Amino acid sequence: MSLITFDPARVPTFQVAAKSLLGDTQMRKNVRHATDVIQGKRKIVVDEMPDWQQLRESGRQIKEHTLKHLDHYLQQFEENCTKAGGVVHWARDAAEARAIVIDLVKQSGSNEVIKIKSMTTEEIGLNKGLEAVGVHAYETDLAELIIQMGNDLPSHIVVPALHKNRQQIREIFKREMNLPNLGDKPADLAEAARTFLREKFLRVKTGVSGANFLIAETGGVCVTESEGNGRMCLTLPETLITIAGVEKVIPRYQDLEVFLQLLPRSATGERMNPYNSIWTGVHPTDGPRSFHIVLMDNARTKILADDEARQTLACIRCGACQNICPVYRQTGGHAYGSVYAGPIGAILTPQLQEMHSGQSLPYASSLCGACYEVCPVKINIPEVLIHLRHKVVEQDTQGFGALNPEALAMKAMAMLFTSERRFRAAQRMGRMAERPLVNKAGWVTWLPGLLGGWTQVRDLHEMPRQTFREWFEQRGATDGK
Amino acid sequence: MANSLEARTEILRRIRVATGKSANAAAIEAEWKAIQRDYKLAASVDREGLLHQFEDRLRDYDAGVYRVTADGVRALVGQILAERGKQTMAVPAGIPSEWLPSEVTFVEDLRGDVSPIDACEGVLTSATLAIAETGTIVLQDAPGEGRRAVTLLPDYHLCVVDAAKIVQTVPEAMARLQATAHVATTFFSGPSATADIEMTRIKGVHGPRFVDVILIVA
Repeated sequence: MSLITFDPARVPTFQVAAKSLLGDTQMRKNVRHATDVIQGKRKIVVDEMPDWQQLRESGRQIKEHTLKHLDHYLQQFEENCTKAGGVVHWARDAAEARAIVIDLVKQSGSNEVIKIKSMTTEEIGLNKGLEAVGVHAYETDLAELIIQMGNDLPSHIVVPALHKNRQQIREIFKREMNLPNLGDKPADLAEAARTFLREKFLRVKTGVSGANFLIAETGGVCVTESEGNGRMCLTLPETLITIAGVEKVIPRYQDLEVFLQLLPRSATGERMNPYNSIWTGVHPTDGPRSFHIVLMDNARTKILADDEARQTLACIRCGACQNICPVYRQTGGHAYGSVYAGPIGAILTPQLQEMHSGQSLPYASSLCGACYEVCPVKINIPEVLIHLRHKVVEQDTQGFGALNPEALAMKAMAMLFTSERRFRAAQRMGRMAERPLVNKAGWVTWLPGLLGGWTQVRDLHEMPRQTFREWFEQRGATDGK
Repeated sequence: MANSLEARTEILRRIRVATGKSANAAAIEAEWKAIQRDYKLAASVDREGLLHQFEDRLRDYDAGVYRVTADGVRALVGQILAERGKQTMAVPAGIPSEWLPSEVTFVEDLRGDVSPIDACEGVLTSATLAIAETGTIVLQDAPGEGRRAVTLLPDYHLCVVDAAKIVQTVPEAMARLQATAHVATTFFSGPSATADIEMTRIKGVHGPRFVDVILIVA
């Protein structure tokens, strides 16, 4: 995470941002290449699982059950984590979560922290908050390091630097790590990151992480990762501070048997990611001496209260929906103006903003349903997208909004469709009105105003001279019946 | 932390408003037990098939794989370390002394400062169990496996796995781990890797970049 952050209230709409990003052919090539690779790998390791659909269904049911009894499981987690020596904090919103973490870092006596990739800390803009009080955060995940050093923004929830290729990454590392002779083989780049960060892992006394799963039954926390930077941050510092959304809790240790199968295969197309860490509070002589966990709401309870949208909270952040989405694959992640891009971002972001911003995102989809098919916990993303579009329309047609051209046009359409007489009159009117717009071949290639959106990308056939009903009625008359 | 307490009350209140009346613990437990679990729970191959699958997965991750009977461990450890050119190896307390060849220096982890571990060329451990289907080895804070930093800082990990401890599926592994669920646990599947550059899995970032596995067979 770099010091620039997405501010969903100020970013342009998806449609505007997408239009300019579509011109970035290098980025589009990088995104297409990376998502092709990952989809191919995912397909192989998913197809070899004869019980994949059963696992998905169990994953869905566990999440549904947990959300239904979220208060119970959070309290159980709190009790067990506390018993094991952890300290549990609660944060109503991003500002509160930031303040708690900043306070804990100060108490730990360190002016530096090492961080594991965490979308939740991105969501609350933690690095910027820390920097403001003089604490420097070192991102230790390779992709996050690339983003931080390149002063860039994440574009994918699993691989935040997916929009950069190896040459671009080399340029960033060459400049920031002062390595003029750095090669551009991925192994060279990984080696550079290893050397750069090793000293920090051994020196910095405070670590900050997110969490994949909080286990209510034991009070344990599970973090999945690839590089070992996570293990470094979880093991070597004296103080560990973990931030997790309240929806990250799962009932029991046994439930990991479902998610540890679904997540790696969906996220990186691996049978298992290189490292999973599970710890419970403080372990004497193994790892940090002080462990804090911040349970954060930040609008999640608002989503919980919405029956149709609640399933959004089942997300385990695998990114499979992003990799397969025909819209994301064209625009990349930045067009979504949020740390959560792609189909899951299109439903999560506006809801985390309590529908005050991000209203263009539910429209960033063709509703093709591919995201639903790959989702390891069966979130029906198209259903939620439509539900949110409904909310956006309701918002837009409130008060004076009822006078906006689209709302008026829809009202007029409703009037026409509810009366046969008016409908027939409109058809006759339409045939006359379109005449100046029809070309010699019988096509309309340009429409004025709002309707122009249609003809921008496709032509419209002229209306037939006669409707079926008119033809049918005339035929009856000439036959003399 | 008065503020946090206030936040706690408020968040739990919001949740209850959103989800309706709270159920009692017994009803919740019954509901959890009723969750559909018709995925594969147990092994579908015989012992030899299991070993083959585990070896295949490990090689796929680019780890070295060796089989040996119990009386041959020491000689094989010596041979592998000689081939790798390793002279100083970290070991956790409780590692069987009969595994350790005399020509290599073994440094026992004292659980204090990590720099003696960081200075070693590798680490030798045993394992709690292994999962064949995913090529995963599970380490816990137990004799012969040690604290988490021991298997993290050295660049090379030689892991000795008793073949009797290999299960096929993740559910089998979780069932076996249930009794020690509270112990610090690490699952590792091959060497440290990343897919962050163009989504291609490449070996080696911060954890051990080189991994060899010895399977003790009867």
